[in-house]
Amino acid sequence: MVVKVITSNQAVAEAVKLSKPKVVPVYPITPQTTISEYLAQYVADGDLDAEYIRVESEHSAISASIGASGAGVRVFTATSSQGLMLMHEIVYAAAGMRLPIVMADANRAISSPINIWNDQQDSIAQRDAGWIQLYCENAQESLDTIIQAYRIAENEDVLLPTMVCLDGFYLTHTVEPTEIPESDKVDSFVGEYVPKYSFLNPNEPKSLGTLADPEYYMEARYEIDEALNNSLKVISDVGKEFGEIFGREYGLIDPYKCEDAEYVLIAMGSICTTLRSVVNEYREKGEKIGLLKIRAYRPFPVEAIKEALSGVKRVGIIDKNISLGVGGALYNDILAKLDINAYNFIVGLGGRDITPKDMDEIVEKTKNPVKDITWIGLKED
Amino acid sequence: MELPEEELFAPGHRGCAGCGATIGIRLALKALGKNTIAISATGCLEVISTPYPETAWEIPWIHVAFENAGAVASGVERAMKAQGMEDVNIIAVGGDGGTTDIGLQSLSGAMERGHNLIYLCYDNEAYMNTGIQRSSSTPFGASTTTSPAGKKSFGEDKPKKNMPLIMAAHGIPYVATASISYPEDFMKKVKKASEIDGPAYIHLNQPCTTGWGYSPSKTIELGRLAVETGFWSLYEIENGEFKLTYKPQSRKPVTEFLNVQKRFKHLTDGDKAKIQEYIDQQAAELGI
Repeated sequence: MVVKVITSNQAVAEAVKLSKPKVVPVYPITPQTTISEYLAQYVADGDLDAEYIRVESEHSAISASIGASGAGVRVFTATSSQGLMLMHEIVYAAAGMRLPIVMADANRAISSPINIWNDQQDSIAQRDAGWIQLYCENAQESLDTIIQAYRIAENEDVLLPTMVCLDGFYLTHTVEPTEIPESDKVDSFVGEYVPKYSFLNPNEPKSLGTLADPEYYMEARYEIDEALNNSLKVISDVGKEFGEIFGREYGLIDPYKCEDAEYVLIAMGSICTTLRSVVNEYREKGEKIGLLKIRAYRPFPVEAIKEALSGVKRVGIIDKNISLGVGGALYNDILAKLDINAYNFIVGLGGRDITPKDMDEIVEKTKNPVKDITWIGLKED
Repeated sequence: MELPEEELFAPGHRGCAGCGATIGIRLALKALGKNTIAISATGCLEVISTPYPETAWEIPWIHVAFENAGAVASGVERAMKAQGMEDVNIIAVGGDGGTTDIGLQSLSGAMERGHNLIYLCYDNEAYMNTGIQRSSSTPFGASTTTSPAGKKSFGEDKPKKNMPLIMAAHGIPYVATASISYPEDFMKKVKKASEIDGPAYIHLNQPCTTGWGYSPSKTIELGRLAVETGFWSLYEIENGEFKLTYKPQSRKPVTEFLNVQKRFKHLTDGDKAKIQEYIDQQAAELGI
């Protein structure tokens, strides 16, 4: 095992190298770009034995990923923001065709106004597509999650594409000490990809991506829903097994000091590191506060969240996205599934800094709510 | 030329009586044989051939969307290479809408990157799957539902996009035009495309009984008339070298082709003369 001081983008690229996909169609976009560059260099140096396709757009990146995955090989691609929006139609197709593609998304705001900085609107906009979505907190988790993503996506009870989300710049361009696992250990953990269904083989011809009329369409959609629900257990099991082998365990959620908490903040991604110190500060002042990090946003781990929040009176839900008109996506999911006093804080859109003062405001307004949905850090005019 | 009896595009599909696209794919697959993977763009051919749980394809086949056959084919081709199965023929198939309009970027990327695959455009000169809307491959003067003839319109007012030349400008090793009514010429070109290392593009003219407006029994005849009048030409561009593969002995007047189709029936003699002039000019350029 080696420790390298690297960005999450490099951590993702290292994990991809270790997971050994055979085809890698990528199109560069800020802040994902260095992933595409690292992978190109690995292939150029012979460190990754893969077909790297220099596609002419993100739309073609995901389309070529489907072609390659449909032809029975392990695939990786990565994108961000406008690129993910351009992929949108094909993102749905990938899930509908049940292809275990792994894609990293460097979370970035979407246009207009055009903005290259971080929020999570891009991946949230894909939440209904049938992909698994895992949100990472740091470089180590980004690396570990890519490796796990292949095990999850390729599981026979799942067979769904998986999106690994990492906050643009906060993670993609920030270096942290990161353990690089040994290659043979990853080999035996991820295993060789042997597709259950070999679609595009002239010796066993099958048609993939056919027309389904009203007689068949609903069942196809139902099966995706079922597979996504199946993935709850698989994500937990894989995270546990990863912990046994590599010493870092992962789950659907990560509760911090929630056991005796009266109120809990809920969030996804890199902000959770900051929130943990906020919780520590307030705990020192005698406040019974906790943090619930959501790692798996799709499937939405309702039971795990309920269990973590049993006894909690109120929650402050921090969204780096907005479903305009109704508040953040995470907030609305919690409202739909849990009977709890929930307050929503819209933060950090388009990379707006989230200051210590903002954190205090979030804590204060969770304890003493003024309204259901509050935008934090808006400039007074 | 050898014409295998085995059908790799099975009968029983949902194509219209007299469908030209299905004749085209049937011939192409006879030329390619079983060791082939097909990639379809959304369109007539995809819709009529794969209503789940049925399929007309006796070879592996994949469809993803309307505009990305070139990119999907790129992924398939590289996956085959990664598995040491480079001997498999890869053929992407799109209609004129999926090729010359919405799929042009994806196709251009695939051609420019040099994937070893064949792209076959079956050109019926409008969006026939959705009911005869104009594409950039619709010829001058044709009435479609979105370029209708009317009091102030004689139908489509732009000439057909020259897709084969756009493909040739990519510097790919093989570009050809073909017609379903000249099966031997077409199949030879498909065979040649499969033997060439690198991208190949074949633009196949195929009459469409519903879109062009003629009796289903006349499909082959219409395809012949298109070529005999010079409305469509058969050639190939191999490593930059242009060669006519068929030259009509004497070109028939284009009215023989136009007058038997509903899409041109509104045209005045003056309009037809303009079309004839355009065809004469093209024929001179091609050496017909």
